[in-house]
Amino acid sequence: MSSPSPTAGTTPRLRLAGIRKVYPTVVANDGIDLTVEPGEIHAVLGENGAGKSTLMKIIYGVTRPSAGEIHWEGERVEVANPARARALGIGMVFQHFSLFETLTVAENVALALPGRPPLAELTQRIAEVSEHYGLPVDPRRHVHALSVGERQRVEIIRCLLQNPRLLIMDEPTSVLTPQAVRRLFDTLRMLSVEGCSILYISHKLDEIQELCHTATVLRGGRVTGHCKPAEETPQSMARLMIGKDLPVCEHGPAATGGEARLQLSGLSHASDDPFGTDLRDIHLDVHAGEIVGIAGVSGNGQQELLRAISGEERIAEKFPVRIGGVEAGRLNAAQRRRLGLCFVPEERLGRGAVPSMSLADNAVLTAARNAGLVRGGFLSFARARRFAAECIERFDVRSGGPRAAAKSLSGGNLQKFIVGREVLQTPRLLVCAQPTWGVDVGAAAFIRQALIDLRNRGCAVLVISEELDELFEICDRIAVIAKGRLSPARPVAETSVEDIGVWMSGLWPGAEPLPAEVADAAA
Amino acid sequence: MDGALFTNMLFATVVAGTPLIIVALGLLVSERAGVLNLGAEGMMAMGAVAAFAVTHATGSPWLGVLAGLGAGMAMALVFGFLTLTLQANQVASGLALAIFGVGLSAFIGKPFESVALPTVPAIRIPFIADIPLIGEALYNQQALVYFSWALFWAVLWFLARSRAGLVLRAVGESPAAAHAIGYPVVLIRYLAVLFGGAMAGVGGAFLSVYYTPMWMEGMVAGRGWIALALVVFATWRPLRVLVGAYLFGGVMITQLFIQGSGLQIDFPSQFLSSLPYWATIVVLVVISRNPNLIRLNSPASLGRSYRPDA
Repeated sequence: MSSPSPTAGTTPRLRLAGIRKVYPTVVANDGIDLTVEPGEIHAVLGENGAGKSTLMKIIYGVTRPSAGEIHWEGERVEVANPARARALGIGMVFQHFSLFETLTVAENVALALPGRPPLAELTQRIAEVSEHYGLPVDPRRHVHALSVGERQRVEIIRCLLQNPRLLIMDEPTSVLTPQAVRRLFDTLRMLSVEGCSILYISHKLDEIQELCHTATVLRGGRVTGHCKPAEETPQSMARLMIGKDLPVCEHGPAATGGEARLQLSGLSHASDDPFGTDLRDIHLDVHAGEIVGIAGVSGNGQQELLRAISGEERIAEKFPVRIGGVEAGRLNAAQRRRLGLCFVPEERLGRGAVPSMSLADNAVLTAARNAGLVRGGFLSFARARRFAAECIERFDVRSGGPRAAAKSLSGGNLQKFIVGREVLQTPRLLVCAQPTWGVDVGAAAFIRQALIDLRNRGCAVLVISEELDELFEICDRIAVIAKGRLSPARPVAETSVEDIGVWMSGLWPGAEPLPAEVADAAA
Repeated sequence: MDGALFTNMLFATVVAGTPLIIVALGLLVSERAGVLNLGAEGMMAMGAVAAFAVTHATGSPWLGVLAGLGAGMAMALVFGFLTLTLQANQVASGLALAIFGVGLSAFIGKPFESVALPTVPAIRIPFIADIPLIGEALYNQQALVYFSWALFWAVLWFLARSRAGLVLRAVGESPAAAHAIGYPVVLIRYLAVLFGGAMAGVGGAFLSVYYTPMWMEGMVAGRGWIALALVVFATWRPLRVLVGAYLFGGVMITQLFIQGSGLQIDFPSQFLSSLPYWATIVVLVVISRNPNLIRLNSPASLGRSYRPDA
């Protein structure tokens, strides 16, 4: 059908022609053409469900296209499986699913490399690469003990060790510090100069503008535009992507003088996990009518802190955690929810929702009591479905309705559902981890606005996130967690991204805490 | 207790534990790849009858063991075809295999009912068999006893040190991720299941050719189920399988000695007979209760079908 292009030198590294992928219920990709030149950093933009991930899986051989052609360096190829893709020189950094939790970092890397490098030598190489590219991770640790951010670092390191000629990156920066993002970009530019092509999937438009040479925009499984990001603005690219202007968060001044809904006073807790982080003497108050953010690089105690607040991990004494004034340290998660705590965990599937259960059933799991889904000891499925339907409608969750299984939703839509489920319970205190991780711009803006609206109605909101821009957009006060210690919380207006970036390495002016924090500590 | 009695009991313990070790280690490997084969009892029964028939016909216990191995593998191949190729439910298929194997072996074994084989002589290892007390018990044993020790070291090394073992564990943990980085998940699972079947067949052969060299219907007597339970209670770790199997064998032999000694004791004999089962479970649960180690060693995708996305 096609022969190698006679004009070498201008042979594209990868060319897709008319790629189409049909699933039983949807057409995920429809007639997609895409060309990537050697050394080009090519962005693929699109909302959740636009077909980006399907397209990447086709290139990497995880799924087969229903129709269309793939040309690799001028030759038509069939990428039957990932092994074939890797043999061609295609590497992929996955967003979600390709690490083995019970194995160590080094073993995970070893599995993905051809040949059999001795583990000791490999450990050394991992250490070198992680040092060189600013992706610190201990090769001997087990993956299950790593945070989401650390896992992503392992994915990236694993790919870089394979010296690929085309690197597919699925939202690689979502959990990195601003400094680490800069170092990663330096790495990617270096790779690009060396001739490696990069397919870069992201919803962060400013990053795409800074890094990428060209961009292809997908909407509803079709290519809706091409652009050169350097010549566009984030607003114009957002318009290409979602077909309308980007919603802007409205953020009024915080109400002052609200009662303290969450008080952490001297919270210390040794982690069960040998690789976990111990919490050390944490002080924080969250008042009604304010959003407090906790920034920090993942793996610095966020998971442990969340578990101590949510009640998944009960602590030794009652007083260090007070919810609505009640000493809650020894209470379990259900008892704490009865005090008005609602909780959005970091992992959507498995913690936030049961993947194989319907949305209505998932709603029952946390909202049974607060939303009145139980009558005389029996579940009312009609009410549960009505509650789920309301959540779906109010939060614009694109799904097959209340009976759809949680796992059938895209990440962003499931997150909207989980946030909606908690928000509709009118909590007194909402604790939210990574509210917009892996969520596209439109949905992220929506979730942020929902959190702000909740605060405006007098709820106390605590947000733990690794995205500084997000925290600065929605929070009234920001604290930083580093190595299990929490910095003082500062009003957003009195700090900057640069300051917080420095604090993230644990260097905050501990000698001179803000007066408010002294008062907190003394209380 | 005098020395001769101790030596006798140790000898009998080792013999009683051997089939459990062989079968359980095979099952451990296939479960580490994520495949739960509950058909161990049936595979052992088929291994036992095949080994008996071939040994009876040829007079060679070695050919008999080989036949047992082949029979176990053939059963495992059926199971693999059902669960890995046709994606049938592993639990249901395994139960069916257990019932089928026990029934078919009884049918095939009908002509051999109450036929005895000559006892196979033990292999005495020079010098170390002369060690007082334990020498005679440990080093004047059947070839398959030595094989079970070699198998233990081989499985231990394979899982912890070899790259193939690493790949196998990866497949058991997350077949989707293993597929995504290019490993042939279904093929690897087939190999693991076949290995499990082969070892179950050898374990069955040990029973009918060495342990009680005769054929009786139902002679496997639940050992396949015990081996399955051992693997779980040992939290998928070879050393604990070894400890558990000998513990089971030891308590079994001890209570038999007590029952046979004519001692007047107030315990009901049923209680003594149940002792090996619950003693093994209690001990293994107690030594394996560290939740982190359980999480590190249990195959996360155990029992779940996987088909590469088309």
